[in-house]
Amino acid sequence: MKRERPLTQHFRSDGQALSLREYEAVGGYQGLRAALRMERHQIIKTIRESTLSGRGGAGFSTGRKWTFIPDEDLHERHVFPHEMVMMIEEPDQWEHSLAGFTTGVKWSFMPKGEYITTPTYVVANADEMEPGVFKDRVLMEGNPHQLLEGMIISAHAIGANTAYIFLRWAYKKSARCIEKAIAEARQANYLGEHILGTDFNIEIYLHTSAGRYICGEATALLNSLEGRRANPRAKPPHTAAVGLWGRPTNVNNVETLSNVPHILRNGSDWYKGLSYTDEGGTKIYGVSGRVKRPGWWELPMGTIAREIIEEHAGGMADGYHLRGFLPGGASTDFLLTEHLDVRMDVKSVDAIGSRMGCGTMIILDDKTCPVGMVNNVMRFFARESCGWCTPCREGLPWTANVLNAVEAGQGRPEDIDRLRTHARWIGGPDNTFCALAPGAMEPLQSALRYFEDDFREHIHLGRCPWRRKGGPI
Amino acid sequence: MVTIYIEGKPYQVPEGRNLLEVCLSLGFDIPYFCWHPALGSAGACRQCAVKQFKDENDTRGHIVMACMTSVKEGISISIHDPEAKEFRAANIEWLMANHPHDCPVCDEGGECHLQDMTVMCGHVRRDYRFAKRTHRNQDLGPLIEHEMNRCISCYRCVRFYTDYAGGRDFSVFGAHEHLYFGRFEDGPFESEFSGNLVEICPTGVFTDKILHGHYTRKWDLQTAPSICVLCGAGCNIIPGERYGTLRRIRNRYHPSINGYFLCDRGRFGFEFVNSKRRVRQAVRRLHKDGPLETLLPDQAMEHLSSILSGPGKVIGIGSPRASLEANYALRTLVGAECFCNGIAAEQAGLLALILEILQNGPARSPSIRDMEQSDAVLVLGEDVTQVMPRAALALRQSVRQEPMQELDPLHIPLWQDAGVREAVQDEKGPFFIATPYDSRLDDVATLTYHAAPDDLARLGFAVAHFLDPKASSVEDLSKEERLLAEAIAEDLKAAKRPLVVSGVSQKSPALVRAAANVAFALCNEERKAGLAFLMPEANTMGVAMMGGMDLDVALEQVREGTTEQVFILENDLHQHMEPKKAEAFLTGEQVVVLDYLETETTRRADLLLPTTSFAECTGTLVNYEGRAQRFFQVFEPTGDMLPAHRWLARMVNMTGEDGSDAWGTLDAVMHALAAEIPDFASVLPGILPGNDALKGTKVPRQSPRYSGRTSMHADRDVNVPKPPEDPDAPLSFSMEGFQGVPPPALIPRYWAPGWNSVQALNKFQQEIGGSLRGGDPGQRLLEPSALPKRAYFQGVPPAFRPKTEKWCVVPVYHMFGSEHLSMLTPGVAELAPRPCLALNPKDLENLGLAEGAAVLIDRKFSLPVKVLPSLPRGVAGFPVGPAGYLEGKYVTLHSAASEDKDQMGRETHE
Repeated sequence: MKRERPLTQHFRSDGQALSLREYEAVGGYQGLRAALRMERHQIIKTIRESTLSGRGGAGFSTGRKWTFIPDEDLHERHVFPHEMVMMIEEPDQWEHSLAGFTTGVKWSFMPKGEYITTPTYVVANADEMEPGVFKDRVLMEGNPHQLLEGMIISAHAIGANTAYIFLRWAYKKSARCIEKAIAEARQANYLGEHILGTDFNIEIYLHTSAGRYICGEATALLNSLEGRRANPRAKPPHTAAVGLWGRPTNVNNVETLSNVPHILRNGSDWYKGLSYTDEGGTKIYGVSGRVKRPGWWELPMGTIAREIIEEHAGGMADGYHLRGFLPGGASTDFLLTEHLDVRMDVKSVDAIGSRMGCGTMIILDDKTCPVGMVNNVMRFFARESCGWCTPCREGLPWTANVLNAVEAGQGRPEDIDRLRTHARWIGGPDNTFCALAPGAMEPLQSALRYFEDDFREHIHLGRCPWRRKGGPI
Repeated sequence: MVTIYIEGKPYQVPEGRNLLEVCLSLGFDIPYFCWHPALGSAGACRQCAVKQFKDENDTRGHIVMACMTSVKEGISISIHDPEAKEFRAANIEWLMANHPHDCPVCDEGGECHLQDMTVMCGHVRRDYRFAKRTHRNQDLGPLIEHEMNRCISCYRCVRFYTDYAGGRDFSVFGAHEHLYFGRFEDGPFESEFSGNLVEICPTGVFTDKILHGHYTRKWDLQTAPSICVLCGAGCNIIPGERYGTLRRIRNRYHPSINGYFLCDRGRFGFEFVNSKRRVRQAVRRLHKDGPLETLLPDQAMEHLSSILSGPGKVIGIGSPRASLEANYALRTLVGAECFCNGIAAEQAGLLALILEILQNGPARSPSIRDMEQSDAVLVLGEDVTQVMPRAALALRQSVRQEPMQELDPLHIPLWQDAGVREAVQDEKGPFFIATPYDSRLDDVATLTYHAAPDDLARLGFAVAHFLDPKASSVEDLSKEERLLAEAIAEDLKAAKRPLVVSGVSQKSPALVRAAANVAFALCNEERKAGLAFLMPEANTMGVAMMGGMDLDVALEQVREGTTEQVFILENDLHQHMEPKKAEAFLTGEQVVVLDYLETETTRRADLLLPTTSFAECTGTLVNYEGRAQRFFQVFEPTGDMLPAHRWLARMVNMTGEDGSDAWGTLDAVMHALAAEIPDFASVLPGILPGNDALKGTKVPRQSPRYSGRTSMHADRDVNVPKPPEDPDAPLSFSMEGFQGVPPPALIPRYWAPGWNSVQALNKFQQEIGGSLRGGDPGQRLLEPSALPKRAYFQGVPPAFRPKTEKWCVVPVYHMFGSEHLSMLTPGVAELAPRPCLALNPKDLENLGLAEGAAVLIDRKFSLPVKVLPSLPRGVAGFPVGPAGYLEGKYVTLHSAASEDKDQMGRETHE
């Protein structure tokens, strides 16, 4: 039995985006209608129960994230002021405290409650710039209304009336599709005032960025949206309390939000049933590299990597063998052929020493130099460093310089240790201000673990063994 | 207080701080760059990494940044954990990757925070073999040098300059390893506090260009604790000298006054000490226009003796720039009834009024720190930024108080500066500025009101009336003025720590009374309103408290004709009076002038005695707040100078009956002053806390590394000179003496083992950002009265009506340009604006003049005219300086057709 692929099964075959009418004809905006009939805390409960996790690479529970907004109507029970502090400083602790309280307790909120809780914002993170990742582009170009519907539901749930899509500058086609969809949605009163006859008002604005990878980091995104330098922010305070323009803000990935309408329309049990594992729903997986059919496929969450690469992508191109793969984009650890049977979900990939990330894989074939591959992505990360913290700003270019030297045949024996040291110190999760640099270290540290001999050969030979003497690959 | 564990040992620390602050306060050495006690934490440099453990079972721990971690009950950390140490060393290595090998040629060397942290973290070997990124530097003007290759991107400069000081012309550009911290284009900084960059920058990117002009290493400087004498704030400084030249001024921390920052005038305006215009020898003039004869000190004393034994009345003119001791010695010499305070009548009258208000009224004279903490402010009449700049920096911070209070429920710790600023956004607390023209604080003001001084006073009276109907009401207020007054009153009333700022700049008693009324109306059982009166000179308040006739009364006495001798102490009369009045003092029989700088007044002296600048003697000053502080001699000057109080003490002894030298020491003078005028009784016990620890030893002015002391004068005399003795202070002119931590009033430099930069200050504070160990120096002399509330002032002036053909003169202040001593620093003179007459554009148009044209003032002298759109009509803005006697008066203005009128402005700078 072929399982449902709710995100993409209704895509047009000619590559055009679904119009509003076309989307409505296949169930579009029914999720919103369902949501508008529910209590706000019930919407959140549904999302939590669905086990939808963030599709932007971190895999955090979406429903949990929505509860961090400090708003009285968000929760099954009333929130006390001291808990609000916990919500802001330690959302994980707060989360535990949610259980086991009775409802109906009289709530006296803090004196300046309004100051803190309004306005609230929803932001869609469409700044997809991770090398090897293209799944959000697929969704925005194929069915932009799906994203809008998810944002409107999220806004209603957390009490927001204004939402932004922060879109990568280079996604010009997505921008056109989204602009058209926003205009259509406004005409049909899915945006604007009194949505579908309710008290709910919502506006969505499209913002195209100035084009830096660090803007994909949620707090840097908010700074950029405010017109400031795209440096990340420290947490606490979390964006759920102090976000866009200092107000409670919820930031979600495009793919995450695109799942929301389907969950509200069909229920969390249905959503969980789409998956092979206990992480619900489907996932857009992708493969780039020397395979027969590079591309993307929406498959049940937890599909094994072998099936994606050998079945859907058709296996390696003639004359090439699989040596390794980055399972979730450039900032994930290499996996080898022995790992091909891993289920591609957050927990399973984590258990074998890598990350599912965005679920789009980059293949390393046996005729490509791994040093060159790591050098390529390291130069990207070094260039994209925002320059705020020392290990990333100074350490990444140094690492790229060393990789460059090794690839060019000018490496020295001590360079391996230097790379390991950098990977260790830059890679420590709390050593840097944000996750860019640790992510940059993942391909390097795993390449050193699995392909150390290739590094040593470069140094020993004084040239890249994949290059014929004096010629290109 | 909560208990935290460091290396397993428990410590009691205040909750809510960050780990870095508390560990530094406890004396632990944790390296850091981007955290700054006044700017908070940033989390950018990653240098302060320590290991945190979840519980006793957690042996692995995880690395956290101490500056970004809140102190909570039970936190357990290790600073010496091997992993943390390795990471810190690696972090330095990353910073060093692009850092140039500049130490030998870099001005920062020897007091460089990066050097200290590199040594502390144990990184000693350079492994980086690739190219370093380089930058092109900018010309940032005459005061600050730019060398961007040295930058370690700690972001301190931009956080200070834009976030803290509100500057707009400087920022950070670029990304990744190619960040650039600079101005939008080459040129001098706009902010009045740009000089702080040289201390804030932990490396040598921003360095002191004035020092660079006569550079020496920090360890070769002779230093002593001193007070800035260029305005009435009384900021604490550390001047440094070598080879008889004053080389530079550094900030000396005082939690209640300047804190960590100085203004650029105070930092760079000291070159007058090295000026060629210094008076170094006693000089005699046989007759009024006759030649000068240089005298040896003994000869000078002989002439003095004959002058003092002569008959006839004597008048002694003191100075608001001279120390309490010098002024009092003069007063003792000439007698209290013949002592003039050296202040013109208008200002003297205001000062008497102000003293009465502060001593007998309920309002409290606030420190600069108090101003910073105020949550609602009304400025009446003062251009704070130009008159007393350090106070303006404090007021800029005050507008954050009220919004931060509102954010209390969010529990964002104040040291999480970025988080607080993000949550506050553009919200500002109530800040109202009422001045004759726009000021550099207007960008953070809630509302501004620009009008003539009388109208400003009327606004003040109206605010007071809204606060308390018993205060005088104001007739004929316009609707806008009434609404404004009501709004101001409402916000001031709702505040917990309201503040009124006024002063003597406008020479308006009505303004002072209005300010007092507002402050009085705000005082009740629960709160004392702050009432600050800015003072123009370093000891204006001190001299006012001493009493004495003003210059105009003194002039009357001189004009009577019975005065035979006039003694003038460090006072250039031409700065305070119109030329013909000043001349009246100087055409007397015997004019004895004591001064350290050649002025118009010294040129007319019959006997000129060389005195010392602030850096060459010890004395006590009282700032605007009423705080007595002592400045200490830094070096012995070249020449026959003596501190003024010593010249005068000798004269007192000369005229004494018993022939003794009883009046020798500084403290003897201070004791006598305290005995005679009880307001000064608490000075000596209070201004030097903790001195007993010295037990008779002296604090060395030189560091142990000071080089060449015994050989540096070998060109004059090959014999090893005995270091001079200091009779006035427990400080030595060598590196010998008390080697422990000096009492706080005597701290001559910041240094601790491993901490050669200003960051060593951490070791001298009880708590980071708090009081100094041993107590904060200085003694407040003015406290509000416990008596029943003083009655409100009357005297609401009528509304200002522009006169036809006459303009009301108001002074236009400039931090660089309005103060004449600082103008002797060439860089300062370069940045000072050209003296101009400022007019409202409509007035200019009606006069038929173009901007830049010469305007004849009272048909006596001319100035070029410029437009000042915020100035009200009928008001003319005058540059502060020798024509100050015109302020508050009316003048005629005409186009200057002919060129043979006096060009005013030649006196205002070198």
